[in-house]
Amino acid sequence: MANATARLWIRLSLWPRLNLWPCLGLAALLGLVCLAGLVGLAGQLGADESQAEAGQVEVSAAEGGSGAEGVSPAEGVPPAGTGGGGGALAPEVTESLASSKVNDRDAAIEALSADPSDGTTEILRALLEGRLMTERATKGLFIRDGDGGLLDLTTGERLAGDGKNNLRKVGINNRQREGLVSAINNRTLLNPDPSVRRRAAAGLVASKNVDLGLISGLLERETDPVVAKGYRKILAMGTLQNPEAPADEVVAALGFLGENLTPEAREYMRNRAGSDEATIAAAASAAMASQDSQLEHIAFFETVFFGLSLGSVLVLIGIGLAITFGVMGVINMAHGEMVMLGAYSVWALQSLMPGQAGLALILAVPVAFVATGLVGAILELTIIRHLYSRPLETLLATYGVSLILQQAVKIFISSNNRSVETPAFMSGLLYLSDHLTVTYSRLYIIGFCLVVFLTINLVMRRTRLGLQVRAVTQNRPMAQAMGVNSRRVDTFTFVLGSGVAGMAGVALSQLTNVGPNLGQSYIVDSFMVVVFGGVGNLWGTFLGGLIIGMANKFIEPINGAIMAKILIMVGIILFIQRHPSGLFPQKGRAAAL
Amino acid sequence: MRIFDLSTKIFCLLLVLAVTFLSLGVMADPGSAFHVQPYTALIIGKYLCYAILALSIDLVWGYLGILSLGHGAFFALGGYAFGMYLMRQIGAKSVYAASDLPDFMIFIGWDKLPWYWLGSHSFLFSCLLAVLVPGLLGLAFGWTAFRSRVSGVYFSIISQAMTYALMLAFYLNNLGFGGNNGFTDFKTILGFDLRSNGMVGTLLAISGLTLLLSYLLCRYLAVSRLGLVLVAIRDNEPRVRFAGYRVETVKLFVFTLSAMMAGLAGALYVPQVGIINPSLFAPVFSVEMVVCVALGGRGTLYGAVFGAIMVNFCKSALTSAYPMAWPFVLGALFVAVAVFLPQGLVGLIFPQGERASKSALSRAFGPLARLFGRPGPGGPSGPAGEEDADETDSDGPGPEPPAEAGGQWGPKAVGSKVF
Repeated sequence: MANATARLWIRLSLWPRLNLWPCLGLAALLGLVCLAGLVGLAGQLGADESQAEAGQVEVSAAEGGSGAEGVSPAEGVPPAGTGGGGGALAPEVTESLASSKVNDRDAAIEALSADPSDGTTEILRALLEGRLMTERATKGLFIRDGDGGLLDLTTGERLAGDGKNNLRKVGINNRQREGLVSAINNRTLLNPDPSVRRRAAAGLVASKNVDLGLISGLLERETDPVVAKGYRKILAMGTLQNPEAPADEVVAALGFLGENLTPEAREYMRNRAGSDEATIAAAASAAMASQDSQLEHIAFFETVFFGLSLGSVLVLIGIGLAITFGVMGVINMAHGEMVMLGAYSVWALQSLMPGQAGLALILAVPVAFVATGLVGAILELTIIRHLYSRPLETLLATYGVSLILQQAVKIFISSNNRSVETPAFMSGLLYLSDHLTVTYSRLYIIGFCLVVFLTINLVMRRTRLGLQVRAVTQNRPMAQAMGVNSRRVDTFTFVLGSGVAGMAGVALSQLTNVGPNLGQSYIVDSFMVVVFGGVGNLWGTFLGGLIIGMANKFIEPINGAIMAKILIMVGIILFIQRHPSGLFPQKGRAAAL
Repeated sequence: MRIFDLSTKIFCLLLVLAVTFLSLGVMADPGSAFHVQPYTALIIGKYLCYAILALSIDLVWGYLGILSLGHGAFFALGGYAFGMYLMRQIGAKSVYAASDLPDFMIFIGWDKLPWYWLGSHSFLFSCLLAVLVPGLLGLAFGWTAFRSRVSGVYFSIISQAMTYALMLAFYLNNLGFGGNNGFTDFKTILGFDLRSNGMVGTLLAISGLTLLLSYLLCRYLAVSRLGLVLVAIRDNEPRVRFAGYRVETVKLFVFTLSAMMAGLAGALYVPQVGIINPSLFAPVFSVEMVVCVALGGRGTLYGAVFGAIMVNFCKSALTSAYPMAWPFVLGALFVAVAVFLPQGLVGLIFPQGERASKSALSRAFGPLARLFGRPGPGGPSGPAGEEDADETDSDGPGPEPPAEAGGQWGPKAVGSKVF
């Protein structure tokens, strides 16, 4: 008992040496990221449910076109004509919709838009998404639904997909498309669910022709603040568009739009900035300046976020390199191919278990670790073991291995890219505000990078293997003299480094194409990260990766992606001239080796 | 000077014979028995260019111990510099004969040549550029790297990053070097048809001559006193530095020379192959050339030439017969050379043990040691050296005689005395 207490005490007293504060800080950051992810996820789930209830919400072709849900008659939207054989759809409307003249179709769309029943909404959506068909001979109208079936609008019958041959899509032009979008939005604005109304209002802000009277009527009844703000934006834009609006109203509208970011109103503001009245012109330029600064903030945040996500990818790849390079002095040029193999393990698992992309992705993390670790073990035991103290030869040999692995993948799998599915929980956007969104996949990768980094740090600090690895890094002969089997430590280190590369590959599979050249495109960068951060220093790699990622994303908008990469490389080469051992040079004897 | 030792004599003889035979064969009457297909001559010429590049790599790697994974960049820069001249030679014969501009510039809507194309119409200036541009890059890169003592694998990695960055840059269309497609479709050189038999033979002869001269230059460097310093730096850099040599200057000189040689090889490569594009900047090309040197045997010069010709011959043969297999063979070569053949094939045939490099080290220290009054063990010091030796042993700056307790003059004693 006393022994156990003593052990615990020793353990606790050791904590401060373990880079405690950075670890805790990272853990807190990680917690925040996870929290943000969860909140966003919950919001998204709620939105999805309401979407399913409402039946039709978003006017996006992707959702409407792919889903059999959404618009199928089973979901309680009664198709037009089921009851009265075309009671909701007047025959002249049908005829003019099927007509080949644009004016006829215009009239039909207008008539449909004026009719507030649910059935016409369905027809309008079908028309917008290109699923409304007409038969040439009979001028009949059909809606093609997701599973290929046809719904006859004149009779209300459901037909098999191949029942009719010479069907023609009812075409619409851009003007009509806009009209349709706003007509459908007008209907969704009355939806009882506020999140549906929010999206609809956001859609209306972007569209040009809105019925202002309708909106101000809606605004009086609106209880949700976000929707109300959207309506106010629309009304303010309406005021700006109206040349006869009184000056004080225009100034108020400009002030409102300036405070609440509305990029769509930019053009009107610019028009008003040239106004003869001084107050209006001043208000317009103030509003534009305020918008600019808000946009700048958003752009800055986005750049930081992209930089973080690129940086975490570099860190993920770099950690494995830092371990093998720092501990063993081995340049593993095949590291990129380990990353590639990790990415392919996601593909393999997803093809083994179709339909469960998310589970496969999560399973792929340990599988990739084991698989690439195994490859690493073979590589170490057969080749690298014979080349210690000859780093240049190791470099060449591992380069050869990387060529062989690449070609093997090209021959046995394919030289084309494989498609890796993004599971539902990784896809989508997290809305931080109306105009600021981040993708979940990048958010998760930042989190994953932190987890991996912390785990590796703990392994290095808290386990026996980590202790031995550090001992060998610092002074190999002395560690050997103290009874550390340095050969075995080397093998384990290499396996660890390769395994981490595999896990990095799992993360990369969600960001880029999975192909034989996946590793090649990152290897030079990740070497730069390791060298920049200081060899054999995990924190150096971490910071180095983030700095390089950030710098890359901040230079990119100025000079373009390729020039950014070149500039970063030149910068690092120059930096290494000044600080040959990187950001965090090793101290003591290890530095001399 | 022992420039012309047996291996050099054999090498020169073989090279001169082969190149004379081939280039005369190309120019010969097609009906005669000695006629050589121009295609064969072009291929051989390409191999000779690779051989010059391999020589330049061997000079820095085999003698100086610097593994550059970016020598392909110097080669390609030389090629681009001379390619500019060849592009200007196309002139009115181009597809869009509208102006003097190369076609790719018309595609991207430029109406005049950028400043760095100035003077590219002159043959001599382009030749000069092909040597000077890689030389300048080598000088700048080497200066920054060696000054801060970046060496070993770090140097390899940043040299690889250099060529990678250049590759990315040359893929850009608006850099003015043809982007992805590079330069191609050359017509004439100095007004002569590039594809005529006479031109092909001449180019082959020039390549052979350049290889011969480069080889002799490297050989001269290797056997000169500078060569001994190089080998000494390779084997123990701190010791050479402590002995008072300016290691950085020596390294920089040889590295720049090597870069210029690589550039010259590139300039000869372009007219014979007929195309140059950014793929030559790819790190894998540079590494492939390094493996040629390693396979042939580094530090021997003729090994590098042998390796370059052999590997590229195998590459041509294999890629046409089994295109899928070449990367496997190349990869296996990398591994096999690194693990089993550190001395290369030449080392397999003529094993050179530790002895060679050891004596080189001591030879380099010979004259130096005499300055301090201590002869190198195998150095060319005469009887005078021995006298000096007696003198220094008594009052040299050596450690205090170990008359005290034997265990005392370990690192501790050195630490307190010397530093």
